[in-house]
Amino acid sequence: MNILVCVKQVPDTTEIRIDPVKKTLIRDGVPSILNTFDAFALEQALQLKDKNPANVKIVVASMGPKQAETMLRDCLAVGANSAYLITDRKFGGSDTYATSYILSKAMKKIEEEEGSFDMIFCGKQAIDGDTAQVGPELAEHLGLHQITYAINITLNEDNTTALITREVDEGKIVVEARIPVLVTFTKTDDLRFASIMNKMKSKKAEIKEINYEDLEGIDDTKIGLKGSPTRVVKSFTPDVKTDGIIIREDDPNEAFEKFAEELEKAKLY
Amino acid sequence: MFENKNFWVYIETKEDGSAKNGGLELLGQAREMVDQVDEEVIALIIGNNVDKAVEQVKKYGATSAIAVTGDVYSEYNTDVYANAVVENVKEYQPNVILISATSLGRDLGPRVAGRLATGLTADCTSLGFEVDKKEVQWTRPAFGGNLMATIICADHRPQMGTVRPGVFERKEYEISPNFEVITKDIDFPQEKILSRIVEVIVDEDADNVDLEGAEIIVSGGRGLGKPENFKLIEELAEVLGGTVGSSRAAVDAGWISHAHQVGQTGKTVGPKLYIACGISGQIQHLAGMSGSDVIIAINKDENAPIFTVADYGIVGDLFTVVPKLTERIKKKKNL
Ligand SMILES: Cc1cc2nc3c(=O)[nH]c(=O)nc-3n(C[C@H](O)[C@H](O)[C@H](O)COP(=O)(O)OP(=O)(O)OC[C@H]3O[C@@H](n4cnc5c(N)ncnc54)[C@H](O)[C@@H]3O)c2cc1C
Ligand SMILES: Cc1cc2nc3c(=O)[nH]c(=O)nc-3n(C[C@H](O)[C@H](O)[C@H](O)COP(=O)(O)OP(=O)(O)OC[C@H]3O[C@@H](n4cnc5c(N)ncnc54)[C@H](O)[C@@H]3O)c2cc1C
Repeated sequence: MNILVCVKQVPDTTEIRIDPVKKTLIRDGVPSILNTFDAFALEQALQLKDKNPANVKIVVASMGPKQAETMLRDCLAVGANSAYLITDRKFGGSDTYATSYILSKAMKKIEEEEGSFDMIFCGKQAIDGDTAQVGPELAEHLGLHQITYAINITLNEDNTTALITREVDEGKIVVEARIPVLVTFTKTDDLRFASIMNKMKSKKAEIKEINYEDLEGIDDTKIGLKGSPTRVVKSFTPDVKTDGIIIREDDPNEAFEKFAEELEKAKLY
Repeated sequence: MFENKNFWVYIETKEDGSAKNGGLELLGQAREMVDQVDEEVIALIIGNNVDKAVEQVKKYGATSAIAVTGDVYSEYNTDVYANAVVENVKEYQPNVILISATSLGRDLGPRVAGRLATGLTADCTSLGFEVDKKEVQWTRPAFGGNLMATIICADHRPQMGTVRPGVFERKEYEISPNFEVITKDIDFPQEKILSRIVEVIVDEDADNVDLEGAEIIVSGGRGLGKPENFKLIEELAEVLGGTVGSSRAAVDAGWISHAHQVGQTGKTVGPKLYIACGISGQIQHLAGMSGSDVIIAINKDENAPIFTVADYGIVGDLFTVVPKLTERIKKKKNL
């Protein structure tokens, strides 16, 4: 069982704040992390490997700048077998269509080295772009079927099908999916930590690099900013309310009376 | 220039064949844009039982409908549904496709956009329209809600976007005199269906809790301390005729079911009134509720970020404020 996990390095958007005066994002000091949903996808792959260490191989791949190597090393430290960084200036500015196209080409390249993949795991969404589109679009480029919003996966005995629990608007659905399949995961908890030994080892591990030149037959009209059907034409920070009426009083009764008065004045009940 | 014409709205249906609100909301929004260029709003409905939905789309702004029916559509499968959408798009060449950003919509949308090699803007919260170019300006939150981006799809058609349910209101229109339903029978070979549903664990609350359609929501968070205290929230919601919501922390703690969760990984809501009790207001929570008309925050920490979006707030202990407020409203309403 050969599993590819697609991972993205993202700023920890739970730590980002908006500068209320300049109306820009304060990114200073915001750590770069492994996208939390991808960490969960990797964890699910690791659990399959725990059950059958000899037969499960996990490859992680990320498209991004050189500094994403740190994150790939963290993936190796928790148990991934090998790691690939897909990096080239030509890939910059790609939207989800172009990103997923490049990933699909890179995956074919990686398969030459690692053998063909039985399953591709993605996070449901990256917590920076937040589109949740790369997984399904990658599946489309690869001609694989997709199972989104997974929270759990188990394999049948002969590894031909997977039982996957999905969390959707209506509740939970268990599906039986034929392998090969692309799965996107939607949880972020219950992760494992690397041992210090493995952390040390991963520092010296090889991160294989894939550049534009490595991707034979790639269609230039489908990559980078130029190859992206969507274009961001404007970005701005959402308005922060500054005129809210917030009651602060030492005496709780007084506070409540004032509060209730405001609500009544506004005819809120 | 493009030949592509008309706005399509994908209509998702419920178990009983009626349309979900998200799609109906988008019909009205599409109508506003379309009326400026004299094109049509076409509802695309896929399912094995679509009659109810057809009646609804007629009322809420569609000028015509395409219905794809057949047994193969009795349960949602990405490949089966994507094929049906793509076949129709190829035949009729729409200019725009709007899809409600439900879990189904966000599964289907990228699959279709990928196959059509076109752009898809995710999870939009407002839409603009440039009449000359017939180009939609899609605005959406990114970075966990910290940044808004306006996106266009200039050189590819159809232009596609998923739009958060609840950000627009349904609007009734006079029934279009030329309204017609084109019925399509598009087959999909059984052997190409690669996954099937083996079990559905319905969240009992999922059907009963309609946060997206609620006009008043009272939400509780970790500040409640224990599950029993949700009673306070329920009581306040009851006197206001509102629905109970929650933060993810309360859901993760097992105090209340996921159906109640508001936020980035829960529901996006847009009620007239949202009351947050013991919720800190992390960006992922705000992402789901900052579009509410009026927000009231009750929190004992005056630095809680929830106060940055609140219209009214009180720094205080929810265990005194909430019951008092419930009593006050009861009295006022003579309950
Ligand atoms: C403000 C803003 C708004 C944007 N809005 C849109 C939009 O509406 N539509 C659009 O098409 N593009 C949009 N983009 C571009 C988009 O963010 C990039 O294409 C990005 O590379 C991928 O999208 P995402 O971050 O949303 O990933 P998602 O689609 O949310 O990611 C899902 C999963 O795919 C995998 N994955 C994603 N990226 C990578 C990667 N680089 N390497 C390895 N695996 C990966 C991961 O497993 C991840 O969990 C936007 C960009 C910005 C800055
Ligand atoms: C990718 C991702 C997705 C997420 N999606 C969501 C989502 O969809 N929805 C969501 O809500 N969260 C989401 N989160 C989690 C979010 O970041 C917060 O952790 C969560 O919203 C916190 O919930 P809370 O406000 O109830 O708890 P806390 O942050 O612990 O806040 C509790 C608040 O209660 C107040 N309080 C305590 N006691 C009292 C009292 N007696 N009286 C008054 N006030 C009191 C405290 O001052 C505090 O402000 C997501 C996180 C990530 C990383």
